[in-house]
Amino acid sequence: MPTIYVNNRRMDIPSHVAGDTPLLWVLRDTLNLTGTKYGCGMALCGACTVHLDGRPTRSCQTPLSSLKPNAQITTIEGLTTKEGQAVQAAWQKLDVPQCGYCQSGQIMSAAALLAQNRKPTDADIDAAMAGNICRCATYVRIRAAIYEAAQHLA
Amino acid sequence: MNPMRMRPVTPAAPAGMDRRVFLKVTAAAGAGLTLGFWNGITEAQVSGPGKTIGSVAAGSFEPNAFVTIGRDNVVTVVVKHLEMGQGTYTGLPTLVAEELDASWAQVRAIGAPADAKHYANLFWGAAQGTGGSTAMANSFEQYRQAGAAARAMLVSAAAKKWRVPADSITVKSGVVSHASGKKATFGDLAAAAAKEPVPEKVTLKSPKDYAYIGKHVPRTDAKGKSTGTATFTQDVKLPGMLTAVVAHPPRFSAKLKSFDAKDASRIPGVRHIVEIPNGVAVVATSFWAAKKGRDALKVEWDDATGFKRSSTDILAEYRKLAAQPGKVSRSEGDAAKAIEGAAKKLEATYEFPYLAHAAMEPLNCVAKLTETGCEIWNGEQFQTGDQFAVAKATGLKPEQVKLNMLYAGGSFGRRANPASDYVVEAATIVKALAVQGKPGVPVKLVWTREDDMKGGYYRPIYLHALKAGLDASGNVVGWQHRIVGQSILAGTAFESVMVKEGIDATSVEGAATLPYSIPNLHVDLHSPTLGVPVQWWRSVGSTHTGYSTETFIDELAALAGKDPVAFRRGLLAKHPEHLATLELAVAKSGWDTPLAPGKPGEKRARGVAVHESFHTVVAQVAEVTVDKDNTFKVDRVVCAVHCGVAVNPDVIRAQMEGGIGFGLSAALYGAITLKDGEVEQSNFHDYQVLRINEMPRIEVYIVESSEKPTGVGEPAVPVIAPAVANALAAATGQRIHNLPLKLA
Repeated sequence: MPTIYVNNRRMDIPSHVAGDTPLLWVLRDTLNLTGTKYGCGMALCGACTVHLDGRPTRSCQTPLSSLKPNAQITTIEGLTTKEGQAVQAAWQKLDVPQCGYCQSGQIMSAAALLAQNRKPTDADIDAAMAGNICRCATYVRIRAAIYEAAQHLA
Repeated sequence: MNPMRMRPVTPAAPAGMDRRVFLKVTAAAGAGLTLGFWNGITEAQVSGPGKTIGSVAAGSFEPNAFVTIGRDNVVTVVVKHLEMGQGTYTGLPTLVAEELDASWAQVRAIGAPADAKHYANLFWGAAQGTGGSTAMANSFEQYRQAGAAARAMLVSAAAKKWRVPADSITVKSGVVSHASGKKATFGDLAAAAAKEPVPEKVTLKSPKDYAYIGKHVPRTDAKGKSTGTATFTQDVKLPGMLTAVVAHPPRFSAKLKSFDAKDASRIPGVRHIVEIPNGVAVVATSFWAAKKGRDALKVEWDDATGFKRSSTDILAEYRKLAAQPGKVSRSEGDAAKAIEGAAKKLEATYEFPYLAHAAMEPLNCVAKLTETGCEIWNGEQFQTGDQFAVAKATGLKPEQVKLNMLYAGGSFGRRANPASDYVVEAATIVKALAVQGKPGVPVKLVWTREDDMKGGYYRPIYLHALKAGLDASGNVVGWQHRIVGQSILAGTAFESVMVKEGIDATSVEGAATLPYSIPNLHVDLHSPTLGVPVQWWRSVGSTHTGYSTETFIDELAALAGKDPVAFRRGLLAKHPEHLATLELAVAKSGWDTPLAPGKPGEKRARGVAVHESFHTVVAQVAEVTVDKDNTFKVDRVVCAVHCGVAVNPDVIRAQMEGGIGFGLSAALYGAITLKDGEVEQSNFHDYQVLRINEMPRIEVYIVESSEKPTGVGEPAVPVIAPAVANALAAATGQRIHNLPLKLA
């Protein structure tokens, strides 16, 4: 029974959950944390982005068996860092979401960027966010909201 | 994205409605005033934040109305349209809040139940659904009237309570007050207001008194969508629910021959493996188990009826068809003769590929079937069609099919499927389970990204052949436009209304409605039938006609030796809305000043396009930089939009920004191709879409207007590709006639 920490809570994953199950589906189907989304299953779209030991990670390509014991996972439901809160506030202030389906992943990527780099440039944003697809193309506001959050954190 | 963008031709326009039928008051425990339509069968669902899907139905109050005011002072607006990103859960509540004089902070949005009698799209006659950029346009009066009636009843209740004349009472930001100092909230008055008679007539505000329309209000769904709490179909959890993944035939119309479920049934978690009309469904306790089960199935398909042609064959056939006259859609003067005798002639053939909608939320649907009914949870875009289709598939009556409208993670038209394809698929799975003695088990059908990409219902392949002639002064004397491509509406419920004398209006829209004054003009159409399922795709016919007409006119301007803006200006005298929109975009873009040069070896240029769709005119000026290796980037887009009264200017700006990105995505990459009938693309690596590093800077300007609002969800989409192509031509001299855009 693997033990992982999700949003700072200890989670004992039942042994019937196969080791090849991607973390995405462990979160969604086993732990009922549905804020993390399925978009492509191939780490191409970023909708499933979570933080694994602080790093933005595509949970759809992270099998349960690949997780180290006591791995620390943060999902959109537990994004309580200063950067995370600033990003979520900026997202609402600028009305970034349209359909909203990709936004959990966008926010997790943006929060991870700001945790590492409080003064991102356009190129930094491109590099950190190009793995997150938004079919509504809310990219103009995603960029603006990252700057807004950065300014708030400064 | 449904094609029914027509102005209301049906008698359902709210202005003419009998107020006594339109409004009825109900008082229920826990809530005060409910206004709108009442019926005792259906119930609304919470589509907003929260995950209480399963428990809502058991609640004590069923708000079957446009507006409900609770004793808790919450104003709940029942939105009849699907929120798929376009902002209707903000737009329609804005209309109610305006006339109610509510505080925006007290306003909530919830989704309406399937009930066409009360929640029909007023532009679609008796059908309930969302599409054709009609949500705001068809609801503009209806929702304001609902708000105004509620306000009048609150005022009457206060007048009685305070023993003052009603006309001495004011309402502002959710507070009812009187000069004497008396004040009350809506919640305070809700119970008393519920006993007031419904006003026979309401007077709507004069635009100068608007508090919300034309101003900024935050989106009602931004918080839920920024915190992971917004509920999409993919997130629905019901007690005992299983997940289904389906093996579909690899070719359209192929049939199941046989399958061996031995390996699949050994996957832990797999509970049922059932044959359905469209393949084999593996039903399991989790998505992962269902997917592994599906992948372990050994299936043999009968390809005898399967579609086996390739995109290249289809285009070859279309090229031949384009040499023959088609059915005439519009004809003025004698275009052939005029072109024949012209001083200068221009001809071009355009090719457009199949396009997938590829919304972020792959198609999915939750269904539950009992003896008495079928319940569906879905990003529900076409209630009436889906209700009938599910009823047919399950042997029930339409009124026994209950639809819960959840947020859709994008759609771009796909979730209003004319055949209700994936919704019926979900229904057939629960039906198969019921037949096996497992009724009442809720099943969530999940299409993988690959299922979604290969599932058909694409924007069709089109081929356009254009010819035009100029006289010696550079005036356009003749224009011939021939379009070849599958009819989207043939065989659908919309065929009888939208296909006239063999002309599918969605095949020629934007071409037959060319705004330029040309004395001799001829538009005709071939609609070959083909076994590839096709569908409306955000902005429908304009996805291709916008491109061909706006790049061809640009090419003609160059041939005439004229500036592309001046050339268009001279042909738009009869279309002041086009002209005003074009002028605004052009002025804001700095068209008449040179662009800043690029780095050494780079070429920079601007391109312009203007196009009307869904009664909204959009003009865009795109700036591009072409690198030495002929790769290019779109740097900046200046967009002007003429959409009548701008109810939510920021939502309009967002739709322009997003529409430009969506259109640019198709322009740069979009192509689904068939090889011997099989779809060659499967996921975002081979069906690439626009990413943040490719998104241009965008400025949006709204043309001031007091006309009724028109749609904004689609009209930005078709304008960007021609604007970019025209900029590329200005930079390089290359005219690109086939999409996606590639410089030689």
